[in-house]
Amino acid sequence: MISNEAKQKLISIVGIENYDDSKAGRLVYSYDATPQFQSLPDAVIAPRNTKEVSEIVKICNEYRIPIVPRGSGTNLCAGTCPTEGGIVLIFKHMNKILEIDEENLTVTVQPGVVTLDLIKAVEAKGLFYPPDPSSMKISTIGGNINENSGGLRGLKYGVTRDYVMALEVVLANGDVIRTGGKLAKDVAGYDLTRLFVGSEGTLGIITEATLKLIPMPETKKTMLALYQDLEAAARSVSKIIANKIIPTTLEFLDQPTLEVVEAYAQIGLPTDVKAVLLIEQDGPSEVVERDMKKMAEICKEEQAVSVQVAQSEAEADALRTARRSALSALARLKPTTILEDATVPRSEIAKMVKVINEIAEKYNVKICTFGHAGDGNLHPTCPTDARDREEIERVEKAFEEIFAKAIELGGTITGEHGVGVMKAPYLEWKLGREGIAAMKAIKNALDPNNIMNPGKVFAKSTRKRVVITR
Amino acid sequence: MTTTKERNVIQQQFKERMNEDELMNCMRCGFCLPTCPTYIESGFQEAHSPRGRIALMKAVVDGLIEPDEDVERTLNMCLGCRACEPVCPSGVNYGHLLEEARDIIQKNKKHSLPVRLLRKAVFEELFPHPHRMRTITGLISFYQRSGLQRVVRNTGLLNLLPAQLKEMEKILPKVPTLKEMKHRPNHLPAQGKTKRRVAFFSGCLMDTMFMETNDATMKLLQLAGCEIVIPPQQTCCGALHGHSGEKNQAKELAKRNIEAFEGLNVDYIITNAGGCGAFLIEYDHLLKDDPDWAARAKAFTEKIKDISAILVELDFHKKGLKLPSQVVTYQDSCHLRNVMKTASAPRILLQSIEGIEFREMKEADRCCGSAGIYNIVEPEMSMQILDYKMEQVKETKATTIVTANPGCLLQMKLGIEREGLSDRVRAVHIVELLLEAADASGFTADQQ
Repeated sequence: MISNEAKQKLISIVGIENYDDSKAGRLVYSYDATPQFQSLPDAVIAPRNTKEVSEIVKICNEYRIPIVPRGSGTNLCAGTCPTEGGIVLIFKHMNKILEIDEENLTVTVQPGVVTLDLIKAVEAKGLFYPPDPSSMKISTIGGNINENSGGLRGLKYGVTRDYVMALEVVLANGDVIRTGGKLAKDVAGYDLTRLFVGSEGTLGIITEATLKLIPMPETKKTMLALYQDLEAAARSVSKIIANKIIPTTLEFLDQPTLEVVEAYAQIGLPTDVKAVLLIEQDGPSEVVERDMKKMAEICKEEQAVSVQVAQSEAEADALRTARRSALSALARLKPTTILEDATVPRSEIAKMVKVINEIAEKYNVKICTFGHAGDGNLHPTCPTDARDREEIERVEKAFEEIFAKAIELGGTITGEHGVGVMKAPYLEWKLGREGIAAMKAIKNALDPNNIMNPGKVFAKSTRKRVVITR
Repeated sequence: MTTTKERNVIQQQFKERMNEDELMNCMRCGFCLPTCPTYIESGFQEAHSPRGRIALMKAVVDGLIEPDEDVERTLNMCLGCRACEPVCPSGVNYGHLLEEARDIIQKNKKHSLPVRLLRKAVFEELFPHPHRMRTITGLISFYQRSGLQRVVRNTGLLNLLPAQLKEMEKILPKVPTLKEMKHRPNHLPAQGKTKRRVAFFSGCLMDTMFMETNDATMKLLQLAGCEIVIPPQQTCCGALHGHSGEKNQAKELAKRNIEAFEGLNVDYIITNAGGCGAFLIEYDHLLKDDPDWAARAKAFTEKIKDISAILVELDFHKKGLKLPSQVVTYQDSCHLRNVMKTASAPRILLQSIEGIEFREMKEADRCCGSAGIYNIVEPEMSMQILDYKMEQVKETKATTIVTANPGCLLQMKLGIEREGLSDRVRAVHIVELLLEAADASGFTADQQ
C-alpha cells in the first residue's frame, strides 16, 4: 500500500499524468510474459529523467515501497511481475538514443529504447549490435541489460553482457553512479558494470547505458539441415564446434515446434522431419563460403537427410523470423505454455536432448524442444493447461528433473531468461549455500531496505533437490 | 456511466460469454505491441495495446477487476484494425474477443435517451433499409446540387458543427441523385468470353453514397470476363453493427444476406470494400452457435473474394494497362489485409499499370484512423493517427493515394484536406484508377 502522503510526494515529482493508480491502469502492469504469474502493483509511474528516478527512489526508500523497473514486459521468469506490490516504474519517456559515437564505436541510450530500433539505427551507419533476443522487436535495452538477454547470435558474438561498457545507475538510496566508460581498458575498482548486468532490477535502476558496437560483417549466409533423428542433429552441433567453426547461429527445432511455427509463418518449413538445424555464418565472403561448405559436409556425415541454403536475404530473414516466433507459436497448442532455458556445455547437447525426451516420457508430458543449440542453451517447452493441477504438477516435476540433469552435466538452470521468481527456488542447486550467501551480502549492502524488485532471485525457501534414479 | 448493478451484470456475462480458451491462448509475449496504432500513438500505454486489452477482459472474467469506465475506455479506444492478429504467433482471434466484449457492454449499458435514439435510428432504421439509404443519399445529393451547399458554406452555418463534422462535410463524395439510384442492375453479362459467374455484394453505403465505385467495380468485372448476378434481396453486411456491440442485429442481417446469395450457382461473391468483405467472410464465426445457419454461413464465407483478388486471378494485370505519368501509393484497408488476407493483389494490379510509379509508403499496413465510425466517436486519436499517416504519404511524394475501402477513402480525402494538398493530391478507390487505366489504354475483353 502507498500512503496518501507518499502518493502526493510521488505525484509532485512526475506530475499527475505520469502517476496511475486506477484499477485498469495497474492491472495492465500486473504481468509479464511468464505464465501463471500475476500480481497488482499499487501504482504505475513514468519518470521523465534520471533526476526524477532518483527522487522517486528516495521516496520509496523512505516509505519502504517496492520498485519494479519494467521495459516491455516480455521477460520469462516473472522478473517484472510486481509480486510484492509497490510501484512499477516504466520508461516510456526515457526512450531516446542519445548518441552514436562512430570514433569510439559506441552507442549511448536511455533504457526505454526498443532493441530492434537501436539495431536498425546503428546498422544505418554500418555498425553492428549483435545481441538479438527473440523479442527484440518489443523488448527494451533496459530490460535486456537487467536480464542479460541472449539471442540467436550469441554463439559467435556473446550476449548483452559482452556489449555493455558503461552504465548510469540510481541506487536504492537515490545516489546516481556512473560505471565504466567508453574504454577498451579500465581497471579502476570493482567491475560494477558487470554486476548490474543481469541483476534483474534488484540492485538499482539503470537509467542510461553505453554499448559497444562492432563493424557490420560483410556477408551472411543461412542454411537449414534436416534430420530424421534428433540426436544426430544434436551431434552435428558438437561436431561443428569441435571442427573449430563458430557459426553466428546454430539453432535447433524439433518436429512439434516446426509444425506450429509453420502453421503461423507459412514459409514452407519442412514438417515431415524430426528436427532441423538453422545455421548461419557471417564475415568475409570467402570465409563464409568455406565454413558453410564444411558445415554442410559435417551435417551430411551425421545423417542429415538434406541441407538447403537460403537463396536470398528475404528467405533467410523469413527463417530467422520464424525461429523467433517459436515460443509464442507453441502457445497455439494448449492454453498454457511453460518454457525453460536449461543450458549445458556444448559438448553435452546431444545427451541433454536425449534426457529431455526420456523425462517427458517418464512424467507423461509433452515437451517440445527448440533453442540455441550451438551455445548449449535449449528451450524445452511444455504446452499444458494451468487449470489442470494434476498435469501441472507432473510438468513441474519434469522440469525439476531437467534442471537437476543440466547441473549434473555441468550446466545451469537458466541460460538467458533470468531467475526472477520462477527459478528462484532452484538457484541454490546451481550456486550452493555459500554462493547464495555471497550474493545476498551484495544485495543487502546496496539495498538494505529491500525495495529494489523484492522477491526476485532469492527464494524464501529452496526446492528439495530431486534425486535422479536411473 | 455504468451503475454498480450494470457492472455486476456485465461481469456475469463476461464470465458466461467470453471464450476463456481464446483469452488464455494469449501468452502475453507482446509481439502485437509494435503493430498497434493506439499503443504507439498513446505513448506506449499498455492499456491501449491488444495484450493489455486482453488482460483486462480476462481480469473481468476472473473477477480481478470490475468492468469500470477505464476498462470500457480502453475497449472503445481500440480501432478494431486487427493488425495484431497476423503478427500473433499464438493465433489469438483478438477481433472476436473485442466484438464479444463490446456487445456485452452495449447490451447492458443504459445509454442516455439521445444516444439510444441515435443508435436505434442508425443501426435499426437506416443501414438495413436500402430505400432509406437511397432517400438520405438523395437528400445529400439535393444539398450538393441545388446550391444549398454553397449557401450553407458561405453563410458560415457549418461553424455551428463540431470541427470534426465540419471537415467531414467537405470530403463527402459527389453523390448520385435519387433517380440514378433507383435503377440498379440485377444481372450483367460478361464482355467477351465468360470466364467466371460471380455474385456482387453491393453493400448499403457503397450502392448509394459510393455508387460510382460500385459501377466501376461491375464494369471491371465485366471486362475481366465475369457474368454478374446482383441479388436485390441483399442488405447491409452488418459490420457497423457488429463492431459497435449490436451483435444480434448483425446476425439478422447476416441471415438475410446468406439467403439472398444462396442457390445462385456462382464461383465467388465479390466485394469491393475491405470493411464489408471482412465481416462477410466471418459470418461463419458470427453464426457458429446457430445450428440452422452454421453450415449455410460456412458455404457463404467460402465464396467471398475481394475485387482485386479476382482481377489478379483473371490476369487483369497482364493486359497492358496504361495511365499518364504519376506517382501512386497504396494505403491498405486493415480489414482487407488482416482479415481477408489480401495484400499483394492490389499492389500487383497497381504495379502493372504502365506510366505510374508505385511508391510504397512506410507502414502502409498501419490503420489510417478511419476505422468505421471511429473517426467520429474518437476524433482526437483518429486525427493523431491520420496526421502520422499523412507524413508517410508526403514522404512518397505521391499524387494519387489508392485505397480499397470507402472509410479509408474518406479518411485519406480528409487527410489531403487537412494538409492543404487538395490541389496536388487525390485519393481514389482502386477500382476507379483501374477503370481509368482500362479506358486510357483502350482495353478490350478477351474473346477466346
